[in-house]
Amino acid sequence: MHIPDGFIDLPTSAAFAAIAAAGVAVSIRGSKSALDEKTAPLAGLTATFIFAVQMLNFPVAAGTSGHLLGAALAAVLIGPFAATLAITIVLILQALLFADGGLSALGLSIFNMSLLAVWFGYGVFLLVKKIMPKKKISISIAAAIAALLSVPAAAAGFVVQYAIGANATFSVSAVLTAMIGTHLLIGIGEALITFFAVGAVLASRSDLVYGYKNETSKLEIRSN
Amino acid sequence: MKQKTFLISGFIASLFLAGVVSFYASSSPDGLEKVAGDIGFIETAKENINSKGILADYGVKGVDNSRLSTGAAGVIGVIATGAISTGFFLLIRRKSGGKK
Repeated sequence: MHIPDGFIDLPTSAAFAAIAAAGVAVSIRGSKSALDEKTAPLAGLTATFIFAVQMLNFPVAAGTSGHLLGAALAAVLIGPFAATLAITIVLILQALLFADGGLSALGLSIFNMSLLAVWFGYGVFLLVKKIMPKKKISISIAAAIAALLSVPAAAAGFVVQYAIGANATFSVSAVLTAMIGTHLLIGIGEALITFFAVGAVLASRSDLVYGYKNETSKLEIRSN
Repeated sequence: MKQKTFLISGFIASLFLAGVVSFYASSSPDGLEKVAGDIGFIETAKENINSKGILADYGVKGVDNSRLSTGAAGVIGVIATGAISTGFFLLIRRKSGGKK
């Protein structure tokens, strides 16, 4: 869902770039408490892994492919603030090095994927986790459901941007239906990858999983 | 598993996915591109400023073997993302000394 230059007009792109910049600034402050000597390298690895898996387009329907977004995965592994930063770094490098996503559209993409998908996904994760039994597998399932819904959420962000500032005149409702339908399908792949990736980290180093650790170390944090 | 082992395994897995598995990725248009093509607003897309760059579209310019070209671009991307993001997160992390 890397938006190329030209889809959305420049004033709209600039407005979303400003929102994206503010979101990144807030995330730098917010991620400080979650990042220490131990978790900062894990956040770096999360960004690296997401970059790698984003190269792996899987077929979803006739003539369409999708790839991992990684927003819910990152939010569960390293917390939503650091996740925003991780996805943002990936998007900037993809645009600058690989010409994947337009430079003028970077703010639009960061808004959709680093902010909207991460925070919406994290919200869904917390809600589902709350109603599930307190088991490790619940964390993976909650992460997968968050992943499934985070992709159409990012797609909805694009539709809003299209409605505000598209350079084309095709109907917004047609774009909405097509975008949500296609990205729900991609969301299924997103859910599967997220389920197994979160499960793998939980199995080897559950103490490193933000969305799991948070639960067990609350007392410790308060005593500081 | 030790933290170091964990980080190194994750990094090697990323290198493998981007360097080797990426060759087998679907080359069909992604969700947004497909929708833009079907509805018609793909026409408004402008060429990326970096589209002539040496790594544009996940290939190394001048390398004709597509397996090699995609793989090398993936490896470069993994190393760049790993170095830049880890450096950035270490830079902004909470310092244990408490100094600002």
